[in-house]
This record gives sequence, structure tokens and C-alpha cells, in this order.
Amino acid sequence: MTTLISAQYKPTVWMKVQKNYFKNWRSALLSMMCFAVLGGIVWSIVDWGILNATFSSTARHTECYANGGACWSIIANRWRVILFGLYPYDEQWRSITACFIVVATIAFSCFPVFWTVRRLSLIWLVGAASFFVIMKGGVFGLSLVSEEQWGGLALTLFIFVGTVLIGMPLAIMLALLRNSKLPVISKVTGVIIDTVRSLPLISILFTFALVLPFMLPDMLVGEKLYRVIAASALFFAAYQAEIIRGGMQGVPKGQEEAAQALGLGYYQRITRIILPQAFKNALPAMINQFVTTFMETSLVTIVGFFELLASANAAYGTGEWNFAFVEVYFFVAAIYFAFVFALSRYGAFLERRMAN
Amino acid sequence: MIMLRNQHTRKVVLQAVYVLVLLAILITGVFSAQANMAAQGLELSFSFLWKATGWDMTFSLLPTSSSDPYWWYLVSGVVNTLFLGIIGLAGATLVGGVVGFARISSNHGARLLGTVYVELFRNIPVIVQIFFWYALANHLPSPRRAIEFGGALISNRGIYMPGMNVEGLYIALFYFVLCAYFIGLIWFVSARRFRRVDPAKRRKVVWGLSICALAIETMLLYIGKPVGEVLITYPELKGLNVQGGYRIQTEVYTLAFAIAIYGGAYIGEIVRGGFNAVGRGQHEAARALGLSTWQEFSRIRLPLALRAMLPILTNQYVWLVKATTLGIVAGFSDFFMVIASSITHSGQTLEFIGILMGGFLVINFTISSVMNKINKAVALKGHQLRM
Repeated sequence: MTTLISAQYKPTVWMKVQKNYFKNWRSALLSMMCFAVLGGIVWSIVDWGILNATFSSTARHTECYANGGACWSIIANRWRVILFGLYPYDEQWRSITACFIVVATIAFSCFPVFWTVRRLSLIWLVGAASFFVIMKGGVFGLSLVSEEQWGGLALTLFIFVGTVLIGMPLAIMLALLRNSKLPVISKVTGVIIDTVRSLPLISILFTFALVLPFMLPDMLVGEKLYRVIAASALFFAAYQAEIIRGGMQGVPKGQEEAAQALGLGYYQRITRIILPQAFKNALPAMINQFVTTFMETSLVTIVGFFELLASANAAYGTGEWNFAFVEVYFFVAAIYFAFVFALSRYGAFLERRMAN
Repeated sequence: MIMLRNQHTRKVVLQAVYVLVLLAILITGVFSAQANMAAQGLELSFSFLWKATGWDMTFSLLPTSSSDPYWWYLVSGVVNTLFLGIIGLAGATLVGGVVGFARISSNHGARLLGTVYVELFRNIPVIVQIFFWYALANHLPSPRRAIEFGGALISNRGIYMPGMNVEGLYIALFYFVLCAYFIGLIWFVSARRFRRVDPAKRRKVVWGLSICALAIETMLLYIGKPVGEVLITYPELKGLNVQGGYRIQTEVYTLAFAIAIYGGAYIGEIVRGGFNAVGRGQHEAARALGLSTWQEFSRIRLPLALRAMLPILTNQYVWLVKATTLGIVAGFSDFFMVIASSITHSGQTLEFIGILMGGFLVINFTISSVMNKINKAVALKGHQLRM
């Protein structure tokens, strides 16, 4: 009987459209309005960004103003500043290569084949090391470019990679300490995690960048960039630790008891039994945190770094280009969007895959 | 070494070592900061809080001047943060409600619009958005060529709104009474302890409250208004600048707008999640009982969805209040910016970092305890919440 019914009822595309968009006159009106709004937005963007836009790189304010649309000549003139910041002009190919290395590292770690601790850490260590060597130089005949000259997209990606590379082990450590059976250790770690989580990221960045040199013995102060990465990693770790802990709570108690009964030690229980399952439980939330962290790298602008957003501000900051801020932010927003959207889609894909 | 084989001793030693290491790090930090401060002729104490600051705040709700002491600046900073936070959260909740309803609508056109909104504003860093809106606000026409819109003048120096020509103290009292009236009204209408009151009596009380409030408000406006002048002034262009009316500064409305737009995308997702958490059975049971679409929505789905949303909403609110610290990029003097400027001006680093941490702990704790109160008050009484 059921098979008969399901065989009879097969909604056609038209029926679906009718049900979802034109069920009654109110629904039809709403659909029309929504499509009018969407169409209007898309049309005005196309009109502004393509049809009336000025693409010639020699065009300035007057030509762009006459055309009435976007002035993409600012991107043609200033894309190097936006993407590379103050990096020396002749060496900018290194900056591009470094960016591709990071993208490749992220892409590789999206394949389940590499999802073992050893492979993942190997990929990220190799990625970060080769990024560093190519950017900084001083070996293999590459000229030395100090960290102060790094900028633009490459710096954004470096901060992200650094944050993840330091933050991930720290997060696992914090999660384990927080989950410890020893009451003092778990309470104290809990206080640390909660304090970091209750503070805004910018205040932690500010403290590490400008205040910490004051509080550390001179030999530990180090470069400002690395202090900021440490701050960002600490913040990332506090959030990620709670996510991992959530994943650990989702692992049935029987698993740990069985492992104990088999005579596995603490280290083996954690690395072989608990963590793999905890990671699987927490994966969607963890990827979400990576996405948030990528977006939050833009906050280092405030403590005076020349990353993607700050270079964008500089690109239109001169009097000549002062009018073309929309184009610059459009360009930068598109870059952030590409990274963030791809990562979050990947997270959604994993979530769906794991649900099945 | 043999001692360490004893499990009990080992546990004690481990915990002691952990705490000692952390304490050592902390104490080293404090001592070396103290040494550094001593080298600059500063000492670790809170007496500087009563010294005059010597610099001006760009925006403040409370009256401030450069001769005011630090503690007053900190209080003003907290008030500014709360002010921006409340406006931003209210806006974000409003936007989020609309977006969330669009996302769960049976109409797929509205759903598409909601999805585009969420994906667009969630996937661009909030600071980029703030910079963009701020740049946009600063590129509006100058006051001389201001855009006129319903009695308001929009220019790059801010939005000039028609304002009431009433002294500051009285206007504050006016808004205070207005808020008190609405809160009292909502409390009276919804609180359980007034449920048993006879409906006719209830109506009388509501009318009485409204008339009282109206009388007080009129009186306040009348006393506060300078004699012989009009009550409402409209902004007008006089010479190079705008006179009259009330100016909303660029950074204030840009930030409130940015937070509302950005937070709205996240809250929209929470609203959608809340509605999706309401079981299909509830919906079907309501239809089977013959409830109309509106009744089913307002009596069944909305109350259940609200309860599912509240805990997540709390986290989101805490997070959005923390995001107001980004106001520093637009030069908005919030709590964080006051602290940052105070550190550069006074050099009392450690104390200010302590105050910063304490301040945010208090703010976050207050939000979560208020939200938990609400959560408890609306939780289904007597039985488990079934989802």
C-alpha cells in the first residue's frame, strides 16, 4: 500500500515551485517582493561593478566620476599594496608563493587521508616552515626580508597559520588539564580558560603587544609579531579547548573503562581511544572556530600590523584615491569571503557527511 | 622517588607543581613590571585613579572634561560600552528576528533572501564591515549639502535629528520614566501574581498607570523647557554648520548599525535553530486540534522555540558586547579605549589591565545572570522541557 502511494505521488518541478513560491496570493506577493529585492541588489551591483565601471589603470577620479560606476583602476594600481603591504617590490613573487603554500596546507588538511596526528602535524609544520623560509629568506640565496616588512594577505595567512600551529596543541593540553581528575588542576585550568574567554580578543592582543614587554624579563620579550601570534593562539586555544572538552564528554564512559580494563596507560587511553572519538564529535564546531579565527586575524590591524585590512586602508588613504573606498573594501571583503565561505561550506559538508 | 610511586602522594605533588609553576609565572610578571615601573618613577598603587586625566573623550554620555579624574573616565567608558551594547543588541535582535523568520518561512523566496543575508554578513569579518560603514559615513556630503530626510539632516558630521528643547537632567528623567512605565506595564500584564486579579480591575490599573506616566512626562517636559521657546527644534543650516536639533555622532550610529547588521546574521541563525528544534509532533498536534496558522505559531511554536533559543542567545549577547570593543577603530570611547588611552597617558599598566579584566568579567557575568534569570522564569514549570 505504501509503495503504491509513494509511486503515485511524485511532485513535478512545477508543483514544487507552486508549493514553495505561489501557494496563495500572499505567498506569491512575498515571492515577487523578495525576488524584486534580490534582483534589484544584483542588478545594482552589476551595473555599478561591471557595466558602468572604469577598468583602465590610468583612469583617475575625473574619468571614473564621468562613468558613474566603480573605479577598478584603484585595484589595478594598488593591488600590490593590498596583497603584499611593504614587502620589497622585486621579491613579491615570494609573497605569492608563500600564500599558495598556506592555501595548499589548508587544502591538504581537508582530506581525510591526512587525518592522523602525525600526518597533520607534519603537513602544518612543513607548510609553516617553508612559508617562513620563503618569506624571511636569508638562506638559499634569498635576500633577507625582516618581519616588519611583511604585510597584506601573506601576513594575515602567517598569523592564521601561527595561531593554529601553536593554538591547537595548547587547546588539547588545556582540554586535558580541564578534564583532569585532579581537582586543583582542573579548577585552576577552568579559571584560566574562563578568564580568557570572557575577555575581548582585542584586549588580549593589546596586552600582549604593548603591555607584556613591560612584564617579561628582557630576554623573553621577542618580536612583537610573535607576541601577537601567541596572544591570538591563547585566545583560540581557550575556545577550542572547550569545544574539544565538549567532544570528550560525548565519548561514552564505557570506552574509557574498557581501555582501562585492557590495561592501557593514560597516554595510550588519551591518544588512541578518547581523543580520536572526541575530535570526531567536535569536528564541525572545531572548523567553525578555525573560520572565526581566520576572520579575527583582521583585529591585529588595531595593534599596528600591516595585514590585509590595514593595507587596504592604506591603499585608499592617500588623497588621490580617497573617493574609491568602496572598491577597496569590496576587493578585501571578497578575499576574506572566499576563504571563510570555502572553509565554512567544507564544515557544513563534513557535518552532513557525519550525520549519515 | 619511591614516594612518587604512591598514587596519593603523586597526585598531591602534581597539583602542587602545577599551581606553583603558574604562580611563579605570575609573580615574575608582577615583579618585573614593578621593576620597570619603578625605573619610570611609577609605583604600583591605585591612587592615580583620583588624578586628573588631562585628555578628552571623543564621545561620552556622561559629562566629562580633561580635569576629571581617571575613575570618572572609567565609569563613563563603561556607560558608553553599555549604551552601545544595548543599542547594538536591540538592533541585532530585531534584525535577527526578521532574518530568522525569513529563513524558516514556508515561502522559499524569503528563505533565499534570508540565506543570502546570513552568508554575506557572517562571512566577512566584522571589523571590515565597521571600517566600511565608517568610511561610508565619513564620505557623506558635508553639512552644507546635507541630505534632508523627514526633518533630519544627514551629513558627514553625523545625523542631526529633531530634538526636544529640554535640559539634560530632565530629558534623562523623561527617558527613565518612559522605560519604567513600559517595564512596569509588561511586568503587570505578564507576571503570574497578577493573573488572578479581575480583568476589569486590571484594565483600570493599566489605564491608571498610563495616565500617571503621561502626566509625569508632560510635567517633566514643561519644567525642563526654557521659558518662551518651542518644545521641538529642527536642525537648520546656519552658515557652515547645523544649528538646533540633536546630533548623533558618526561613530556612534556606524557602530550600532554595524553591530546590528553583523549580529543580526548570527541571531537569525539562532532563531532558525530554535524553530527547527520544535518537534514536528507539536506542529502536527496543533494542526490536528484545529488551531489556525497564527494560533499554532503564537501559542505553540514561538513559546517552545524561544525557550530553545535563550541559552544560545545568552552566549551570543556576551559575544556581541565584547565585539563593541572594536569601536576603537572608529574612535568610539568605550571602556576598552579609555583603558588603552589611560595606559599610554599614565603608564599604570598593571592596574589598568586588572581593571579591564575585572570590568569585563562583571559585564559578562551580569549579562549571563540576567539571561539565566529570564531563562528560569520562562522555563516550563513542573515538568521537563520536551523537545
